Amino acid sequence: MSSPPSTRGPEGRRYKVLVAKMGLDGHDRGAKVVARALRDAGFEVIYTGLRQTPEQVAMAAVQEDVDVIGVSILNGAHLHLMRRLMRKLEELGADDIPVVLGGTIPVIDIEPLKKMGVREVFLPGTSLAEIIEKVRRLAEEKRSREEGLAKVEG
Amino acid sequence: MKRPGDYDSLWVVIGGCDWRCKVAVALFDERELERIAKAYKEWEEKVVPEWLKRMPERMEEFTTLSGIPLKRVYTPLDLKDWDYMEKLGFPGDYPFTRGIHATMYRAKLWTMRMFSGYGGPEETNRRLKFLIEHGETGLSLAFDEPTLVGIDPDDPMAEGHVGIEGVNVASLRDMEIIFEGINLGEVTTNMTINPPAPVLLSYYVAVAEKQGVPYHKIGGTTQNDPLKEFIAQKTYVFPPEAAVKIAMDLVEWSVKNLPKWNPISISGYHIREAGATAVQELAFTLADGIEYVRQLIARGMDVDEFAPRLSFFFDAHINFFEEIAKFRAARRMWAKIMKDWFGAKKKRSMWLRFHTQTAGVSLVPQEPWNNIVRTAIEALAAVLGGTQSLHTNSFDEPFRVPSEFAAKIALRTQQIIAYETGVADVVDPLGGSYFIEWLTDEIEERAWRIIERIESMGGMLEAVKKGYPQREIAESAYRFQKELEEGKRFIVGVNIFRSDDIEEIRKVPLLEFDQEEIEERQKRRVKEVRASRNQERWRRALDNLRRAAERGENIMPYVLEAAKAYATIGEIMGVLKEVYGVYVEPPEY
Amino acid sequence: MKASSVDRLIELALEGKLRALGRLLTLVEHPGPEALEVLSRVAPRAGRAQVIGFTGIPGAGKSTLVSRVITHLRRRGYKVAVLAIDPSSPYSGGSIMGDRLRMQEHAADPGVFIRSIPTRGLKGGLSMAALAMIEVFDALGYDKIIIETVGVGQSEVDVAHAAHTIVVVTMPGAGDDIQMLKAGVMEIGDIYVVNKSDKPEANKTAAYLQFALEKEGIGRGEGWTPRLVKTSAVMGQGIDVLVDAIEEHWRYLKDTGLAARRVASRRVLLTRLMAEARLNAALSEVLEEMRGEVEAALEKDISGAFTLSEVLARRAAERVLKGSRAG
Repeated sequence: MSSPPSTRGPEGRRYKVLVAKMGLDGHDRGAKVVARALRDAGFEVIYTGLRQTPEQVAMAAVQEDVDVIGVSILNGAHLHLMRRLMRKLEELGADDIPVVLGGTIPVIDIEPLKKMGVREVFLPGTSLAEIIEKVRRLAEEKRSREEGLAKVEG
Repeated sequence: MKRPGDYDSLWVVIGGCDWRCKVAVALFDERELERIAKAYKEWEEKVVPEWLKRMPERMEEFTTLSGIPLKRVYTPLDLKDWDYMEKLGFPGDYPFTRGIHATMYRAKLWTMRMFSGYGGPEETNRRLKFLIEHGETGLSLAFDEPTLVGIDPDDPMAEGHVGIEGVNVASLRDMEIIFEGINLGEVTTNMTINPPAPVLLSYYVAVAEKQGVPYHKIGGTTQNDPLKEFIAQKTYVFPPEAAVKIAMDLVEWSVKNLPKWNPISISGYHIREAGATAVQELAFTLADGIEYVRQLIARGMDVDEFAPRLSFFFDAHINFFEEIAKFRAARRMWAKIMKDWFGAKKKRSMWLRFHTQTAGVSLVPQEPWNNIVRTAIEALAAVLGGTQSLHTNSFDEPFRVPSEFAAKIALRTQQIIAYETGVADVVDPLGGSYFIEWLTDEIEERAWRIIERIESMGGMLEAVKKGYPQREIAESAYRFQKELEEGKRFIVGVNIFRSDDIEEIRKVPLLEFDQEEIEERQKRRVKEVRASRNQERWRRALDNLRRAAERGENIMPYVLEAAKAYATIGEIMGVLKEVYGVYVEPPEY
Repeated sequence: MKASSVDRLIELALEGKLRALGRLLTLVEHPGPEALEVLSRVAPRAGRAQVIGFTGIPGAGKSTLVSRVITHLRRRGYKVAVLAIDPSSPYSGGSIMGDRLRMQEHAADPGVFIRSIPTRGLKGGLSMAALAMIEVFDALGYDKIIIETVGVGQSEVDVAHAAHTIVVVTMPGAGDDIQMLKAGVMEIGDIYVVNKSDKPEANKTAAYLQFALEKEGIGRGEGWTPRLVKTSAVMGQGIDVLVDAIEEHWRYLKDTGLAARRVASRRVLLTRLMAEARLNAALSEVLEEMRGEVEAALEKDISGAFTLSEVLARRAAERVLKGSRAG
């Protein structure tokens, strides 16, 4: 039997993911299920709880130095909230942290979200296996790039 | 008979004995049962193995969504000691398993109450007038998230949220616009609102007063169910104890002043949507109801004074028979609780009147048109379960609030069930099915066990503070997702007959509206309201509210006065937050 | 990581780039050459901050109190760092951010930096990570460094010992059991707080605590008489008094030279923990290599086999001396 893909970087540190809820959206079923699945897959997971502003989420990501930010939005305010999150991350020199989004997102919004820099958009029905694999790959990519340094200088 | 409020074992509370130790009046003759048992054994031992050899079954084990294992077939043997009169009786009679009314849909169909709303008060006013012109008198208001958590549209947290998931109401001014040209004495209005329920009800009553409508003619519902906010819906504001206190203030005031108002809608819907199983939905909802009844009795109210005004709200999910059994079990359990635990005398006090909504979580973006079919099946379950009113979801809800086109199909779905299928022509048509009766009993039994556990914690308020239902729900949600990925559960287009056709999704016409314009308009108006009101009256009203809250009085009369003085939702809730504090959820998962 | 890039990170962090600080903290979280590199470069700048440990009984409202204290410290012009030692969720074992959530009012303030430390999965243990992070915050100009811990377990006691000032938080009805105050960190407080003092019984609890401080020898001592403060974090009462007491204790420590001594002992502990981590890593490696040998020996002759521990230790020491890296 082959061992599952590693959730540790080359330095042996576990990949760290921030699972975030922003704005007034109270639908936390998906965020909790994904947080738990990531944890069971070996990630270090930090869940923000509800009613965070995008700016708070960006600050938390920077202070906790996470490898991936996973956002869950089901209230239709995704374009507004994600724009603010991406802006704040850039301002903090942290736009190298990959951001993924899951929730009730109209297909026509996927393109604008990707243009903002959102790396993946997961629609309802996406399997946990797929989410875990994509998050793992993004974390791996970020760690191996070691671009954090260069970014900070910007 | 124990006093209500005693946290003893449930079985003791119910008259010292549960139905299992009573002498059962069995439905089936003993000799007949023996004959069936013999035949059954033969069938199991001889016939079934043959078939299994030729055609193995699709799965090793079949279970309902709640995880109840299902047999191959059900027979009179499964209802061996089953007492018809005790378990079912007749429609309109205790324990109301077959329905709360004797004639049910033969006399009056369920109310097709479509929850709707988006944007600002102007848009909503137009929409309500349109509905009234088409004969609708049961209005239902959906509010946006800033309104749901009681903040003004110019609060920083509201940015980007105004008008998306429902109408924004920031002050009496907005409510006046919503009901301009609509006589509140001639319609009933359902308001899905929780922590700020006293504020919204006050705005509504203030508009009615201005129209000259007397209190006894004001009809409608406030959801006003605080416990499920912590359990599932998550639009909580105040800490649990204060939240329950405020909600009970509204119930008490309403029962005494608005005889036609339903002050509370005890809701399982959000509990289910957050991931609970059917059994958990049933148990947690009834446990919430039990807590409220105790709270109201503790205020010195007579159970028969308020119990007829309590109403419920359930989810209709896709696991067809389990849902029907759940509704039937719910009626029987609530009747027992009211009669045996709380000593209710009036039949109406024992009625579990409920609204149903089809399951939003069962809808998926893949091949979205299929959602129409899912909703139809769920709606049928609600009707066969005897609901009093029904909302059917629109197929485009995995993307956005419904378009007119999608909402119309959803309403038509109900009308087809009501007028074409004939399922409404006989009361409780599935009653007596070996399987349905067995499943109803099984669900009831499992739900009692959960309620007993909650009782042992000291009731639902305590259980919620300990995070018990929250954890159980998160667990069930996770389990379901796992089962889906292990191929033990199926969703067509998702994990079976998978569809990745994004072009098809693109074809769904979505509701378009200018959210930013609405947000600006609402921000402008709330500022105008603050500038133009009688400042002296406004300040005095808020001061009086604060003092009343600090003294622990019923806050309703003071909220009403503040509402009339054009205090905004954010200002009224702000005063209450200062007195009662704000809840922060411990982020467990 | 090359020395020059560590220098660059430190430079950026000194300019106020929070991202750089976040990364530096990650570098010292686990023992290894990078942690060593960062620590040796920041240490000369460190040694000025007051480290304040907040501990107390569960449910006393510690996080909310800390949040209020942060507000007052900010008003007095201090930069504040918080190390939240988050107990793993008792139900799921997941890393939670409850403390951060209760301090969210400060999330947008660039003068407040909150970092969680998981209680599991750290190679050098929780104390090493926390002590190393203190050095980084201290070097980067944070005036007050708050460590929030539940104060149970040896590593948390170690961390608390490293603090200049220990604040023990209790609440009405909970401080009446003297035995509880004699457990772990609770016994060595410099300031005792009765939070939720708006509740009945608050005066009784305060009186009892006062008695314990005077007659039972509770408190760290060292010439300082432990203070007792009543607060209500939710109502915002008594916070100024508490912050005054924290400041007063700090002046006392500086005047007596105890402040510097405590920094020194904190660094001795960190050095020891780093050495332990180094030895432990080498030991794990050697054990892994010799596992078969050890198992075989244990099967044959139990009493003789345990002497293999001597061999293991020696080989691990040799490995360290040879300078081979083990993570």
